[in-house]
Amino acid sequence: MKLKNWKEVTPGAVITEAGSSVKFKTGSWRSLKPVWIEENCIQCLFCWIYCPDMAVKVKDGKRTEFDYDYCKGCGICALECPGKKGNKAILMVEEEK
Amino acid sequence: MAKIVAVTGNEAVANALKQVNPDVCAAYPITPQTEMMQRFSSFVSDGKVKTEIILVESEHSSMSACVGACAAGGRVITATSSQGLALMYEILYIASGTRLPIVMPVVNRALSAPLNIHGDHSDSMGARDTGWIQLWSENAQEAYDNTIQAFRIAEHMDIRLPIMINMDGFIISHSIERMEYLDDDQVQNFVGEFKSLNPLLDLEHPVSYGPLILTDYYMEFRKAQDDVESKVPGVVLDVAKDFEKLSGRTYGLFETYRLDDAEIALIILNSAAGTSKDVVDEFRDKGIKAGLLKPRLYRPFPYKEIGEALKHLKAVCVLDRADAFGGSFGPVYMDIATSLYPYKERPVLINKIYGLGGRDYLPDHAKLVLNELVELVGNGTVKSYKEYIGVRE
Repeated sequence: MKLKNWKEVTPGAVITEAGSSVKFKTGSWRSLKPVWIEENCIQCLFCWIYCPDMAVKVKDGKRTEFDYDYCKGCGICALECPGKKGNKAILMVEEEK
Repeated sequence: MAKIVAVTGNEAVANALKQVNPDVCAAYPITPQTEMMQRFSSFVSDGKVKTEIILVESEHSSMSACVGACAAGGRVITATSSQGLALMYEILYIASGTRLPIVMPVVNRALSAPLNIHGDHSDSMGARDTGWIQLWSENAQEAYDNTIQAFRIAEHMDIRLPIMINMDGFIISHSIERMEYLDDDQVQNFVGEFKSLNPLLDLEHPVSYGPLILTDYYMEFRKAQDDVESKVPGVVLDVAKDFEKLSGRTYGLFETYRLDDAEIALIILNSAAGTSKDVVDEFRDKGIKAGLLKPRLYRPFPYKEIGEALKHLKAVCVLDRADAFGGSFGPVYMDIATSLYPYKERPVLINKIYGLGGRDYLPDHAKLVLNELVELVGNGTVKSYKEYIGVRE
């Protein structure tokens, strides 16, 4: 996204466009990345409930892949994940790996 | 038809606010402003204005309520003095940075400690870099006229900045003077309907106020604000021209008194300028070319225009009713020095600190200073660049 110059910004930093926070991609803040392991997932949706952003995507009542544009890598989903028979369905890995 | 009255400065400004009939007022009482807001509250109770008064527990809250009410889309006022202004400090920046045209008379009073309730410019001088426009007033008439003009300046679509109207505590706020009121409908027509910009209460066009602006945009917003400051003097002059048509009274960015052919001059804000003008006349009668400059628009400071008005002088004394501790000189002195710096030929500039905490400024003080300037021009020697006057040694 091209950044605006000082003549283009709104007076007093007022945001006049509703819902514009979707343009603020916070995924670049991440140092740890959650990885979803589908075979260990029981579809409890705890990750979806606990995610402080909206980075767990749900389709037809079932979770799908993470939305890495907004996931900040906080790890709450991995902590809360009950997994299947002791095997977590979400693991945190270092971002560059 | 103008109505001639005998009123205090507080009463005059309260009446101006009544005639404007703003939407919201959130204020907290503090000496010497108390009488002004007490009178305005009576106007609300008596149904003379339709203003909604918000009772708050402090000035930090009053300014915060003003920010909210103005962002919501209202014409908003408050008033304060001294410690009250100091307590607003954090929110003053939010009001200006958010570009909210809040109008605030400030009845100037000294800052604690030591505790003192009398006239002194330390309060507004401490807020001079907060991004608020500042108008200063010599007497009740100027305070009244400046208050009415302030709405037009602050609310101008090219400006949208908050504005404070300064007058001296007690000396003006509590002294009864003869002055002229405009008619209510004249004031109403002059200020016009309030036009809001991105109001929060416009549900058809939702907006967000106060977002986090990080390293990628903060400087752009600051540069935009600096650019707005440069447009203020032009608007102040345009509004003054319209006001003159209405009232017959002339206002500029500053007032000059017998300055054009002067060799020495005093620069002084507010009520003490009146005393000084009489002494300038006495010196003129003796054949000494003395003059005076009284700033009116102090923020943004009209550096260029003031530099042009002063460059021909031989010696100038800036009298400050506040000190800027650690800055070596009083605040007005530093601004005048900056405005004269671009000129190769410029007057010798000295600084006197006077009248702190309401200490009387007498004609003898002005005489003392003008005599020192005469001597300085004669022998070319500066006794002292900065000195307190009217203080026991």
